[in-house]
Amino acid sequence: MKVALFIPCYIDQFYPQVGIATLELLEKLGCEVVFPLNQTCCGQPMANSGFEHLNKDCDNNFVENFKGYDYIVSPSGSCTLHIKDHLHGSDETASKHIRKNIYELSEFLIDVLKVKNLTAKFPYKVGLHQSCHGQRGLKIAQMSELVAPPFSKAEQLLGMVAGISLIQLDRKDECCGFGGTFCVTEEAVSVKMGKDRVADHTRNDAEVITGSDVSCLMHMEGILRRQGSKIKVKHIAEILNSVVS
Amino acid sequence: MNNIKIDHSAAATEFNKDEARVNWHDETLWFVRSKRDKAVFQIPEWEQLREAGSQIKNHVLSNLHDYLTEFEKKATENGITVHWAADGKEHNEIIYSIIKNEGVNRMVKSKSMLTEECHLNEFLKEKGVEVIDSDLGERIVQMREEPPSHIVLPAIHLKKSDVGDTFHEHLGTEKGATDPQYLTEAARQHLRDTFLTRKVALTGVNFAIAETGGFVVCTNEGNADMGAHLADVHIAAMGFEKIIPKAEHLGVFLRLLARSATGQPITTFSSHFHKPRAGQKMHIVIVDNGRTTQLGRADFRNSLKCIRCAACFNTCPVYRRSGGHSYHTAIAGPIGSILAPNLDMAKNADLPFASTLCGSCSNVCPVKIDIHDQLYKWRQVLVKDGHVSSVKSIGIKSMASVLNSPKFYRTAGKLGRFLMKTAPFMVNNNMNVWYNQREMPEVPKESFRDWYLRKRN
Amino acid sequence: MSSREKILSAIKTNQPDYQKLDVQFKFETVYDDLFNKFSEILSFVGGKAIEVKNFDEIKADIQSHYSGVTRIATTIAEFSDLADFSLNIADPHDLETLNLAIIEGDFAVAENGAIWVSEKHIPHRVLPMITQYLVIVVKKSEIVTNMHRAYERVKVDDTGFGTFISGPSKTADIEQSLVIGAHGARGLTVYVLG
Repeated sequence: MKVALFIPCYIDQFYPQVGIATLELLEKLGCEVVFPLNQTCCGQPMANSGFEHLNKDCDNNFVENFKGYDYIVSPSGSCTLHIKDHLHGSDETASKHIRKNIYELSEFLIDVLKVKNLTAKFPYKVGLHQSCHGQRGLKIAQMSELVAPPFSKAEQLLGMVAGISLIQLDRKDECCGFGGTFCVTEEAVSVKMGKDRVADHTRNDAEVITGSDVSCLMHMEGILRRQGSKIKVKHIAEILNSVVS
Repeated sequence: MNNIKIDHSAAATEFNKDEARVNWHDETLWFVRSKRDKAVFQIPEWEQLREAGSQIKNHVLSNLHDYLTEFEKKATENGITVHWAADGKEHNEIIYSIIKNEGVNRMVKSKSMLTEECHLNEFLKEKGVEVIDSDLGERIVQMREEPPSHIVLPAIHLKKSDVGDTFHEHLGTEKGATDPQYLTEAARQHLRDTFLTRKVALTGVNFAIAETGGFVVCTNEGNADMGAHLADVHIAAMGFEKIIPKAEHLGVFLRLLARSATGQPITTFSSHFHKPRAGQKMHIVIVDNGRTTQLGRADFRNSLKCIRCAACFNTCPVYRRSGGHSYHTAIAGPIGSILAPNLDMAKNADLPFASTLCGSCSNVCPVKIDIHDQLYKWRQVLVKDGHVSSVKSIGIKSMASVLNSPKFYRTAGKLGRFLMKTAPFMVNNNMNVWYNQREMPEVPKESFRDWYLRKRN
Repeated sequence: MSSREKILSAIKTNQPDYQKLDVQFKFETVYDDLFNKFSEILSFVGGKAIEVKNFDEIKADIQSHYSGVTRIATTIAEFSDLADFSLNIADPHDLETLNLAIIEGDFAVAENGAIWVSEKHIPHRVLPMITQYLVIVVKKSEIVTNMHRAYERVKVDDTGFGTFISGPSKTADIEQSLVIGAHGARGLTVYVLG
């Protein structure tokens, strides 16, 4: 199975370890993984700011890099959702194929690879942050607003990790307040949302906060570090790829 | 109304200066969201019910012309006088002329967000007509000369001590008294006197039934009924989108409305008006005020499906932490943010950006309005029409030029991780905004791509 | 062109293509016991349901609960001896001093504790709101499950006015603290006649 890895720009630049963990994990699970070298960004920062019309070159570049693969996998629900909903390169056939075959990592592991067990070990109390775009957009977890049976692909995967203990949050799927450019244009609310989200994890004794979107984690990490908190953030790929010692 | 452009972000910054109060506001509204959850989880067919509500409203929007004319005909046959108002000004003038015709200069009014939208109270005040709002929350904010901060809970931004102070000043309650029971009783006495002495009463309309020419008004306090049944003249004001085809469709909407709004199974009173009582006059004012324009916008028309439950307010993490007044429009919250730009793009260009696009609003909406998708779409429209600042525009354009070109991107990355300067989350190139209250991510030695080239190529 | 014509013609131009209404919009609700559900929900919304066998039981209960209360009015012939306040008045404002109204409800709804009260049974629309306390009598055989059944049961324009009443008047406008007795009745007792 040939999988193209899409590593969003801020992961590439700031959190390379997340890209590495994703790559190693997919390889461990038997995928042939390729990282197209000229990739940049999904275009979401522009589009969510209202500048979708500036994304023509960005979209074409994305299509150029990712056309022709069976699957495209990304350790970001938000960027995956953006591609799924808004990728429109000049080559519409290729764009359509990409929109249909791009997966966020945890949904790829559950829905395509049908992973049933992992060899990872992570003996910590972990709080799972359900990022909004993955959850409400890609529907990788049930949303608390809907009258429907609960499920969570990320929780399912974390449940396969030895030694892990998942904590319960008071508000299980409230937004962290990152929101792309929102985090600076609406600084006060963004920070307050982040503080409240972090406080939920702190109150419920998390040692580590995980999630499937680095943007949310980066936001919460920024707040945790400013508070001098001992709580660490780790992308779900890092936990699922953690080596049994 | 002033001409100073108030910006959601600036108002929210002000609101957040008192963190304890923000916590209280957030928790109070989250409590309402929790009550909503508890109520809807008792209805196994809830999601089908939402779909039914949504489809009925879609159908109505596609047949509005005929339903409105049918409604007008039936209502007229029922003895109700039907008026049409193209905009807020005409709405206000029609109501003023009815009041003047009665030879009175005061009126009691139950909750109507439409009259807030049309600024009726200010208009009538200028004409020398006194209006008393009879919904408790509305009466409180009216005394304080503030607009409502929430369409269902107008005084939700206030603490009982604030209400105590206001009532002490206006109703002579004991100084320092804050017991809600005591304060409500004082308002009851004050407003009972109002109900008994006003000859004209205005109410809103929750649903207007095309088939029967009647309308439904929902309240918990009974204030719409007290006003309307004691007055010689009952004026009901409605946006034209309030129409539904048949009474049987109320089964869907009355099951959805209160559960979504407050977690009650139904409001205390769901009053169906079809004819004036003997000797009474009844008027309906059907208002456009921008609605036909919104109807013509394919991407935004289904915002007209809204039944004003405010579930999207209560669930919105931004609303809960910025307060209703920061939206500077009669209808705040997520739904207000997609309705307001239709009325005035320049004035309300900030509102579609006052969201993280988390999507919770669309999930709680009882008529399944795609609120967060419309927020995204309004952003595109507002940018194209030139309603964002040039600073932001330049920032985004430079970011786009970096991200559009792999080569430029890599060069920028090497130059100290370009994100430090032109980060997607740092428009305006203003690092301080992130750094004010958050640490920057630590900069790694190499990018993922560099690692990949070193290890895998 | 009048505003009416202007609005209607703009609507005609701007409304989307006709969309048929073929969605399911009525649903079944099953409860083991309709009275129990009605009673549970009515107490949740601040009212009280009492199951009774006959009018005498109601009368006895009212007499014990409202002993000493004056200015009582009723629309139900069986309780005429309890009433000292005539509803045969021209001006509804005269109801202002009423303490207790005992009226008949057409039917009740289990899912939300509501009772349909219409001009068929009340001579003044404001009666159930203006009274300090309200008593409604409804037949046990007249409890329907949900609002879909309710609207099958009632023709809303049979009378000029009708309302679903679910519990006593209430507000939570001050800090979300529930206060019973906003502008309407301060208490609601429903006698369910089996």
